[in-house]
Amino acid sequence: MASGKINILSRGLLKENPVFILMLGLCPTLGVTTQVINALGMGAGVIFVLVFSNIFVSLLKDIIPGSVRIPSYIVIIAAFVTIVEMMMHAFAPSIYSSLGIFLPLIVVNCIILGRAEAFANKNSIVDSFLDAIGMGVGFTLALLLIALIREVFGSGTITLFAMGSFDGVIEIPILYTYPVRVLTLAAGALLLMGYLKGFFEWYSKRKRG
Amino acid sequence: MIYIGLFITYIFINNFILTQFLGLCPFIGVSKNSESAIGMGMAVTFVMGIASIITYLVYHFLLLPLNLTYLQTLSFILVIASLVQFVEMVIQKNSPSLYQALGIFLPLITTNCAVLGIALINITEGYNLMQSFTAGLAAGIGFTLALVLMSNIRERLDLHPVRKAFRGVPIAFISGGLMALAFMAFDKSLLTNLLG
Repeated sequence: MASGKINILSRGLLKENPVFILMLGLCPTLGVTTQVINALGMGAGVIFVLVFSNIFVSLLKDIIPGSVRIPSYIVIIAAFVTIVEMMMHAFAPSIYSSLGIFLPLIVVNCIILGRAEAFANKNSIVDSFLDAIGMGVGFTLALLLIALIREVFGSGTITLFAMGSFDGVIEIPILYTYPVRVLTLAAGALLLMGYLKGFFEWYSKRKRG
Repeated sequence: MIYIGLFITYIFINNFILTQFLGLCPFIGVSKNSESAIGMGMAVTFVMGIASIITYLVYHFLLLPLNLTYLQTLSFILVIASLVQFVEMVIQKNSPSLYQALGIFLPLITTNCAVLGIALINITEGYNLMQSFTAGLAAGIGFTLALVLMSNIRERLDLHPVRKAFRGVPIAFISGGLMALAFMAFDKSLLTNLLG
């Protein structure tokens, strides 16, 4: 039983990583990953929405009639996205403005609707919660990986939270003077995603033997 | 003149897939053959055009007067979801052949970021009704263009030897990246040169 729970929690990290294996939620993955801080902000927003929408879908699964379930899920998700939007606007205005349109677009992030439809409406509240955490963290890690590669090589910096005298930007010596600009642009993001996906495909095939 | 500008902007300069990353899921998912790419593109263009008008009306005549602009996301996605359902029913009733072609793509459109994206962009850019409609239509055409080009590339790629790990989705992303590089040739200065 315990191993089943751990499995639910951990499979989102690598085995069923939402970005690299399931290929869900691609728009924000490439759209916001020009800076590490944006990836963290987006990940936090998605984890929040995913956890609460999974819990509520699981709670309401016996009440919602099958024929209107998708619109009902969308309303639940949109409500939590609006909450995230307002909270970020209030407490993290700089992340709010740099995420821009991708923040309200969490509503149509396939990961959240996908987990509601594929997992939360069939499983208990605890399992749905664990699934949401696993998938959300897996999504955030994928975003972090892409953002790190794009920011380090594309602009030679790592942007984190500003704290005290530290302005939040780490500069990397040589890459800061000679960055590979294309990685910060749309084209570089698509190319990088292609190579990463190819790597994960190779890795999972090799592991299976 | 501004309408021509909007068309050029949303088809080439701000192409939704290749520069804005909106609508990547169908770009990878539905681009395996050109027939379904055209079907999906037409369905999306249609819904985007109508959704632009309706979300404009909802925002300016319902949300603004009632001071409910924070319900923007919620109301837009509901409008889009019911619109897609409605369009599906109308097409099914009136044109079975069109339904045959577009039917399976319509439910997918609700969760297409491009549709909600254009509705939100119209509001932030402050377009009026006609401009919103034009932008929606143009963004849809740009989406279709990228999707159809991609499906043609992928049909060709099927005939070529590609390393096993890169077959399918990875090589599609890489071709998309190369296409985006080509689209970088379209920028704001092109627009100024063309329209003065």
